[in-house]
Amino acid sequence: MRTVEHASIIEAVKNLSMEANYDLATDVVTAFEKGKEQEESPTGKAIFSALLKNQNIARDEQVPMCQDTGFSVIYVELGQDVHIKGGSLEDSINEGVREGYADGYLRKSMCEPFTRKNTGDNTPAIIITEIVSGNKIKIVVAPKGGGSENMSRVTMLKPADGKEGIKEFVVNRCLEAGSNPCPPVIVGVGIGGSSEKAAILARKSLFREIGSKNSDPELSEMEADMLKRINDLGMGPQGLGGTQYALAVHIEKFPCHIAQLPVGVNICCHAARHKEVVL
Amino acid sequence: MSEVIKITTPLSDEVVDSLKSGDQVSIKGILYTARDAAHKRLIDLLDHRDELPFDIKGQIIYYVGPTPAKPGAIIGSAGPTTSYRMDPYAPRLMEVGMKGMIGKGNRTQSVIDAMVKYKSIYFAAIGGAGALVARSIKKVEIIAYEDLGPEAIRKMEVEDFQAVVVNDTYGNDVYKEGMNKYKR
Repeated sequence: MRTVEHASIIEAVKNLSMEANYDLATDVVTAFEKGKEQEESPTGKAIFSALLKNQNIARDEQVPMCQDTGFSVIYVELGQDVHIKGGSLEDSINEGVREGYADGYLRKSMCEPFTRKNTGDNTPAIIITEIVSGNKIKIVVAPKGGGSENMSRVTMLKPADGKEGIKEFVVNRCLEAGSNPCPPVIVGVGIGGSSEKAAILARKSLFREIGSKNSDPELSEMEADMLKRINDLGMGPQGLGGTQYALAVHIEKFPCHIAQLPVGVNICCHAARHKEVVL
Repeated sequence: MSEVIKITTPLSDEVVDSLKSGDQVSIKGILYTARDAAHKRLIDLLDHRDELPFDIKGQIIYYVGPTPAKPGAIIGSAGPTTSYRMDPYAPRLMEVGMKGMIGKGNRTQSVIDAMVKYKSIYFAAIGGAGALVARSIKKVEIIAYEDLGPEAIRKMEVEDFQAVVVNDTYGNDVYKEGMNKYKR
């Protein structure tokens, strides 16, 4: 059994919350550069240039790249041989969010669903925990904006709908989302499991490096086909017309019940923020 | 891209009618900010025949909830939020004189129809480019609903605020036009 102080979790979540909002990961920046090159619309090209400029300002001045600094998705892989000392995992994560959003001048966006009263500190975080083997804790901090999250959907297809049914659902979801989720987007798809499992898989798929190949050749082919079909709709960056609406489609798959074919779609805006640490 | 058209707020019907979907504009003057919760309060005031906290005639409402300003800064990041959430409220505000809205994303047909009827324009700024957009904001003052935090109504003085005309007063929609042009 290895002991991890709760203070180190607070510190990690706090720092990653700020870092994630100030500086995009290299894979996202590379995807912008590639998108700018491939985009056929002059307006679309100009949007890619503006996004690259925006990223530079945010990183250099340590300010949020987007005013929607999101709700805090915190994905934790907790080694079963870890003992957390001094406080609970949940409290430590929420304290980290509280401190990061205050000290980092990030927007507090969480509110009570009926009165819409703001909680004032961006807590509670949305925490997804998986118990894994080992004595380490992996923490992924992935702030997600409301505009793109609103475009997420889960559906329960019939097994007879098959792969084509899945593709149709995902492509149509993008068409309906249009300019709302701040394209260029990354489309996360979760297939199988159950209704909530498909949604979690879709979210997790967004943590994969943009442009990296899916290790499953069948899924890799599906990703490429869906990406082409989505971009062929012509919506382009910001939905103003063009060839680069989506930068990538990522799929995660899991077995499901014989009666089911659950599909989750999570569309991520171009501010694809995720930073991680292993404690 | 076409030449950038310079416009100054408040907007006259003449200026509004001269704008066409797809036009790139550079806005100078005052913008008032409001998003979900503030819109609800503005409509409540109209329902009770009370006065709005600012004179809306000829003005543009910017759908934004900025991040807090760092010490010494005028404002934090301040890009547009998704507009369709304001669709239930927008026609009422056009009816009392609002001439423009800045946000991002598609509007419902009833809002597009109201823009034709009341002569109002819907502009889009680049969603997610909040750090860049903030550079065109020169002065900020909270004028109502401070309790709403990021959703408070702010009076912003802007210079060279870049936007594109999405819906004009003739019922055109740049999202549809752009998509048709690049559809395969």
